[in-house]
Amino acid sequence: MSEQEKELGMPARAGRPAWQAVLSLAAFAALVGLVVGVAWDATRERIADNEARRVLAELSAVLPPALYDNEPHRDMILVSWPGDEQRQVWRARRDGRPVAAVLTSLAPDGYSGQIRLLVAVTTDGTILGVRVATHSETPGIGDAIEPRKSPWIGNFAGRSLTDPPEARWRLRKDGGDLDAISGATITSRAVVAATRRAVQYFRQHRDEIFAAPASGAANKPRD
Amino acid sequence: MTAQTSTSRNYRETFSSGIWSRNPGIAQLLGLCPLLAVSRTLLTGLALGIATLLVICATNVLVSATRRWIDPRVRLPALVLIIAAFVTSVDLLFKAWWFELYGEIGLFIPLIVTNCVILSRAEAFASRNPLLPALLDGLGHGIGFLLVLTVLGAVRELVGNGLLIASLPPGGFFALAGLIALRNFCLTREAAA
Repeated sequence: MSEQEKELGMPARAGRPAWQAVLSLAAFAALVGLVVGVAWDATRERIADNEARRVLAELSAVLPPALYDNEPHRDMILVSWPGDEQRQVWRARRDGRPVAAVLTSLAPDGYSGQIRLLVAVTTDGTILGVRVATHSETPGIGDAIEPRKSPWIGNFAGRSLTDPPEARWRLRKDGGDLDAISGATITSRAVVAATRRAVQYFRQHRDEIFAAPASGAANKPRD
Repeated sequence: MTAQTSTSRNYRETFSSGIWSRNPGIAQLLGLCPLLAVSRTLLTGLALGIATLLVICATNVLVSATRRWIDPRVRLPALVLIIAAFVTSVDLLFKAWWFELYGEIGLFIPLIVTNCVILSRAEAFASRNPLLPALLDGLGHGIGFLLVLTVLGAVRELVGNGLLIASLPPGGFFALAGLIALRNFCLTREAAA
């Protein structure tokens, strides 16, 4: 075998047949696979727990717990918005009757990357609250959409598509009725539009949203 | 794979070189990407420092323990495999036990795999040395990196509360430059004395 290698122009210092190198690498792949497997198995339950608790915490920021008696973080469905990937919708019920839904809305047109919003709407179309779930807006400027930085995001609570009227659901400087965060017009515009889209979607699809059976993916961690 | 002379002075040197004379952050300038991105606050700096420390120690130990079985022709891919496995495990560990923290630094934990400090220690030291020195080397370099991250994070958090630029990437460069200058100043004074 080693003479063959020399003929083939293999480096002489290797000395050992090529299959040994392959075998050694395969053995390492198996070894590290085992390491990752053990780590995954040891952390799997806690991670799923953490994810569920985070979803619940996120939801309770927009959804007053007094409103519902089900487990909204497990009562989740995936809906597809036109021309878009699937979005999560959580449903809050009381005595089995729908009271509110929390919709995920994406604002692709922020100042920097995608902004993911949670919009809670009651069955009559009134906004309970809006929260930014993830964003990468500029620290110190666009991050005023976070409630701990500025109360701005709280302005949506209590509004609906009649307050202000649908045509005026935009920033004042765009001819609407809503205030922008000073210095962060692009960010504010994106959040306002994404919130409006979520409420409009809810108005169109309300009955299907509450009728659909809960998705089995509700208990799985999200990636 | 020669047996190293194992005096305690050697061990101490192996350990302390990573912290001061060959500190990955301020002497070798390795791993700057996570260094600048995550050192925005004391807490995130410390957390990524701990994650890096765990990975570098585990990698050094495993590489050293298996150094006789790694075929030299596939050593580099094998090292990358080992590092990737430990980074994935640490990522899972943080997700399970420091979930709130994970929300802030989670993005950067997978990036540890590209931190050349770890590959360079595994390749240059651990794959040629016995277990104990390899562990000490990992501890030294890991702690050295952790210290730089923590100090940078503390400085940027302190200054950044009043001065926005300190928490943005340019502020990271300035703070790092300050640390390097301080180290150079100390070294010149040592040499002069």
